[in-house]
Amino acid sequence: MHREPRPSWAIETRGLSKAYGSVPVLKGLDLQVRRGSVFALLGPNGAGKTTTVRILATLARADTGQATVAGHDVVAARSRVRRAISLTGQYAALDEEQTGLENLRMMARLRGRSPAAARRRAAELLERFALTGAGDRRVSTYSGGMRRRLDIAAGLVGDPEVVFLDEPTTGLDPRSRRTMWATVGSLAGAGVTVFLTTQYLEEADQLADRVAVLDRGRIRAEGTPEELKKTVTAQRLDLTMAGSAAYQALVGRLGGRALHRAPEELVLGVATDGSAAHVRALLDELDPTREQVARFALHSATLDDVFLELTHE
Amino acid sequence: MSDYTAYAVLAGRSVRLTRRNPDAVITALVLPVMLMLVFVYFFGGAIETSTGTYVTYVAPGVLILCAGYGASMTATTVSDDMTNGIIDRFRSMDTSPTAVLTGHVAASVARNAAATSAVLGVAFAIGFRPHAGVVDWLAACGILLLYITTLSWLGAAAGLLAKSPEAAGGFTFGMLFLPYPSSAFVPIDTMPDWLHGFAENQPVTPVIESLRGLLLDQPTGDSPWLALAWCLGLLAVALPVCAALFRRRTG
Repeated sequence: MHREPRPSWAIETRGLSKAYGSVPVLKGLDLQVRRGSVFALLGPNGAGKTTTVRILATLARADTGQATVAGHDVVAARSRVRRAISLTGQYAALDEEQTGLENLRMMARLRGRSPAAARRRAAELLERFALTGAGDRRVSTYSGGMRRRLDIAAGLVGDPEVVFLDEPTTGLDPRSRRTMWATVGSLAGAGVTVFLTTQYLEEADQLADRVAVLDRGRIRAEGTPEELKKTVTAQRLDLTMAGSAAYQALVGRLGGRALHRAPEELVLGVATDGSAAHVRALLDELDPTREQVARFALHSATLDDVFLELTHE
Repeated sequence: MSDYTAYAVLAGRSVRLTRRNPDAVITALVLPVMLMLVFVYFFGGAIETSTGTYVTYVAPGVLILCAGYGASMTATTVSDDMTNGIIDRFRSMDTSPTAVLTGHVAASVARNAAATSAVLGVAFAIGFRPHAGVVDWLAACGILLLYITTLSWLGAAAGLLAKSPEAAGGFTFGMLFLPYPSSAFVPIDTMPDWLHGFAENQPVTPVIESLRGLLLDQPTGDSPWLALAWCLGLLAVALPVCAALFRRRTG
């Protein structure tokens, strides 16, 4: 096979592990993120998402394993990595008592731009993130969505190759979340590699070219959103139970296998490949007396289903 | 990028943030002046010193006191940076931590320069009459500057040590208290005997004696050298401690 002249991976990790004290947070993480793609690390709270981002952004060190970002080792070539990335964390890394323009100018100066170039770059970014009108106001007067946009803009002053966004929409209202999605989309369009973490399946589905599901320090599945939906569970069989007693009994038997629960409608969903044989087998298994299930329906699985199936106890 | 740019940019940032913080402005400027008026008009009548008017005796002491307030604010601002996300951004931009901390120390020096001017201005207006030539003034300013820088680095260390900005302020209590058991406000020989040993041998006393000696044209003895030794000694401790605390905090 022909070797590429430069690594095609923007991010590559092998066996990353990290523990805080005796608590393991990451247990051997292997990831590969293609240049210019949007990669989502999806997982519940405490899965290890932020730790992963901090290791990749050189802010924390893995106990074992290796990681390269933009072709540089995160430990051995820390400065090179830092010059190639930007990080937007969960908490706005901005000075509340400086204006939006001042914050951006400061970051651009720290990235080595001359005062005049820094001013130009700041004005450009304000315009691109629809903040021009707010540029001369102090950040303390900004809404949550404006703050997050400015925070991402601040990360872009140095034209990074890889942008890390740690839960970019957590705490935003739905409208601001849509705006943020558009922002992330435009980054990817410009050839930047985006590595984002999220607890929202819809977000990963909307934004990412590839998704890895992280749970308790391990990758449970990885692929395009479509692949994940197919490989793990192509379809969901929704069973409408005959009564609340039947519903409760089946909830008890299914436990974590239940992908979907709607107690008011007495509906429970389970994974299936959608074949007649499998549906028949499931019905026989879950309702041996043929009295408990009143109706059934098949749905295409959502990423939510995948996530629940992968992360159940 | 040259490190020099980072130092200048971050010093500018810290000064701007101080200017926009009303608490900081009041603590830095109004409080020292108020304290001096309290000392001169409330306590001064009851205090006998060898320098004629009490304001002439106490003005250098107030300068030392406000250096403590100015530096204790450094602890708060450093802790602020460490507890919100901005330090991660600076680190992920490969900005040197020394530049971030030096920015806060520079702001502290700027605050203190303003406070010193305000205190001296009011002191002159209410009867402070130093007898000092240009060289004496320069020497006094140099010692004061060194003292402020030293306290500010100690403040930065407190800020790195504390878990919250509030706690950081508390850690600097010692800086604010040390001028009292010294010759800053009353001559040491008026204090109880058991306190003499401490008061004569703690860092504030040689600093204050140097300032007073230089500004009032009195013999300074070895005070300036002792002051220099204390400040440089404390700096030699504070700088590596800051570096170690920063590493521990961000490791």
